[in-house]
Amino acid sequence: MYVAVKGGQRAIENAHALLADARRGDRSVPEISLDQIAEQLALAVDRVMSEGSLYDRELAALAVKQARGDLIEAIFLVRAFRTTTPRFGASEPVDTGEMLIRRRISATFKDLPGGQVLGPTFDYTHRLLDPALARDSEVPRPKLGSATETRCPRVTDLLAADGLIETSPTADPDASVGDLTRDPLSFPADRDLRLQNLARGDEGFLLALGYSTQRGYGRNHPFAGEIRFGEVEVEFCAPELGFAVPLGTIEVTECQMINQFAGTATEAPRFTRGYGLVFGQSERKAMSMALVDRALRARELGEEVKAPAQDEEFVLSHSDNIQATGFVEHLKLPHYVDFQAELGLVRKLRDDFFAKAQAAPELREAAE
Amino acid sequence: MSIPAYNFAYLDEQTKRMIRRAILKAVAIPGYQVPFASREMPMPYGWGTGGVQVTASILGPQDVLKVIDQGSDDTTNAVSIRQFFAKTAGVRTTTATTEATVIQTRHRIPETPLQDHQVLVFQVPIPEPLRFLEPRETETRRMHAIADYGLMHVKLYEDIACHGHIATTYAYPVKVDGRYVMDPSPTPKFDNPKMNDCAALQLFGAGREKRIYAIPPYTRVVSLDFEDHPFERYRHDASCALCGASDSFLDEVVTDDRGGRMFVCSDTDYCEGRRSAAPTTAEAAHA
Repeated sequence: MYVAVKGGQRAIENAHALLADARRGDRSVPEISLDQIAEQLALAVDRVMSEGSLYDRELAALAVKQARGDLIEAIFLVRAFRTTTPRFGASEPVDTGEMLIRRRISATFKDLPGGQVLGPTFDYTHRLLDPALARDSEVPRPKLGSATETRCPRVTDLLAADGLIETSPTADPDASVGDLTRDPLSFPADRDLRLQNLARGDEGFLLALGYSTQRGYGRNHPFAGEIRFGEVEVEFCAPELGFAVPLGTIEVTECQMINQFAGTATEAPRFTRGYGLVFGQSERKAMSMALVDRALRARELGEEVKAPAQDEEFVLSHSDNIQATGFVEHLKLPHYVDFQAELGLVRKLRDDFFAKAQAAPELREAAE
Repeated sequence: MSIPAYNFAYLDEQTKRMIRRAILKAVAIPGYQVPFASREMPMPYGWGTGGVQVTASILGPQDVLKVIDQGSDDTTNAVSIRQFFAKTAGVRTTTATTEATVIQTRHRIPETPLQDHQVLVFQVPIPEPLRFLEPRETETRRMHAIADYGLMHVKLYEDIACHGHIATTYAYPVKVDGRYVMDPSPTPKFDNPKMNDCAALQLFGAGREKRIYAIPPYTRVVSLDFEDHPFERYRHDASCALCGASDSFLDEVVTDDRGGRMFVCSDTDYCEGRRSAAPTTAEAAHA
């Protein structure tokens, strides 16, 4: 005899207990600490901070631990905390030209003021699994030079001085900054909101879209004008003070793509920009973001919109991995009721079908 | 590390005010989808974040909350949302439809008729009834603005041309107060007539899509149809194996692997109410 399905509450409690146990794993293995995650899985923490839109290494490390290393789940945890925190205001725009450079490369000039600085990068490593890392290993301290006083001007600023590239739009200090976490996104969206959406967007989604532009789906002839990673100072202008005070420093990766633009009847040919900025060190994400940002400027630059990466509604509506994972995974929830309604319909359609099929021979006979 | 502290019913008061403004606008324009600055909630998108935000914004300490999913109070997601509000708001919860002042639901409208002191909050995955006909929000908003619903009628007509009847069994589109075509959320069309002239306020929250809409009490809600193909409520060929109801929506339960089936009420509170009232008369359960 059928017994009404009860006990959802106990099932949930038991599932949570099992999850906690699985997260901890074998008790004879030492528990991982937040310091270890923040230090040794730093790039995972960077991604969680970026897509979680919250610069807090400790909370991000906690999220990675709680999520058992599932980064989208960790981003979800950070987002759900961030959404409840009060907004005091917007910081002053950070000046990446004043960045304390850890890495800075340009693919457009062999040498430039400040030089090319490789810094800590996977580039040029041979991807051979290193058995030495399988056990505790002694890593020698790298040799350090002393920093020079040379400023590292942005490559795009050097080009802009000759009018070869469009000027960066200057910030209007009185205009409020768009925030899609406080106002629903509507279309067409301005570039500030597009960039915010992309900065929070899923790395894999942006990577695939950026890649698609390179393969001809909305081609925009990019050059990596410059990629830089390092520390920038964040300043906040409190109305009571009337001047900006530093809040601290954050690590960011910035990518400026330089793209072709043939010009129009009224505008001389010049290069255009695609922009990417993310927390921490993630060149893949910053570069993808810059490619997609440029693709999304098609409308503004009078280019034909024909590829997915140029389609603002398509890109901005599907870039958020928290929205995407929630909606995809909601298919796990019961749909008994709707399925029942569909069962009824399919049965009715099948009855109609077989009734017609049975009637068919007679119809044929009648026709003869 | 910043230790989180949470407000009554989780959301901060500014957010609640913003959502209440959206709800007021939605009530003022029945069936119109009001954009709102949906927050990221501690449960996933698609699992009721819109409904939870609406409930959190209208809930007061005196309210009694009921949460159902597929008509049942015991499905895991209903349990999870009920626990969320029991924990963050400390409100009294119930499974009895008649005791509740706020009912949050996914996919069903209770069988017991609602009263004018009650609010029914729907969880909505895709608020736009035209979405699967036109994927672009810019287009569908324009279509609503000029009440251009020809595409929907063509779709329903094509159903009739191909199948002899309208092949939509849930999320069946309705017209609210003679103006906006609205998605009733994926409730089976069996429930559509309950939305018409309903005594309770009906609120719809779509968190991921950032939309709120409403049907004020006693509003005309008409399921779309044609004069020669009138709307038909889905009818089961069975009655509930537990309470004998022949007027409720039934879940089909597979009892063995030899084709054994039984049908039971999807609305568990309604079913239990009828069974405990069984010694007297079947009508008593409707009271």
